[in-house]
Amino acid sequence: MPVVIAKVVGTVVSTIKHPAYYGYKLQVVQPLHLPDDFLEASFLALDSVHAGVGDTVLVMREGNGARQITQIEDAPIISMIVGVLDSVEIE
Amino acid sequence: MLLGKIVGTAVATIKSPGLEGVKLLVVQPLSKSGEPAGNLQVAADAAQAGIGDTVFMVRAREASLALETKFVPVDLAAIGVVDRIDVDVSIRNFELDLGYSKFA
Repeated sequence: MPVVIAKVVGTVVSTIKHPAYYGYKLQVVQPLHLPDDFLEASFLALDSVHAGVGDTVLVMREGNGARQITQIEDAPIISMIVGVLDSVEIE
Repeated sequence: MLLGKIVGTAVATIKSPGLEGVKLLVVQPLSKSGEPAGNLQVAADAAQAGIGDTVFMVRAREASLALETKFVPVDLAAIGVVDRIDVDVSIRNFELDLGYSKFA
């Protein structure tokens, strides 16, 4: 799924990292699931919107979009937090 | 991107062109709680990491983008050394309710 709804559950601190990651927070995110769906594994995402632990966020899991946001042509980034959700309505 | 702990190194003399000089790490992927998750995997090193380090890694095409030669057959690369992980274990409910949910 290219974009998922997830919850930020933690933060990763790193000094030695690829230069494309400089200036962004790295967060641990857990995708949310519908009542009859299974729980997906958590993963790391770069934060472009200053989300915090406990926030429900929109995570893009697609490298080309991440490269457009960082404006670094060969950034080795796949997942990026691109929005903080205020509310969700599911029919 | 995912977390992993380096448990060893792998050495290959004969490998695909473009991978010369790339260190191969044997890593144990970790879950958000720091527990081992799944089988050991081999990652290319793009972070000057060593045995015992916890690293974060990237998969797929982006793995080769982290290396000096950008188009090489690599599916996992270590791209940063982790200093510290803070996970709030009290966040437990990851189910989306039907209807309207307000978060903010």
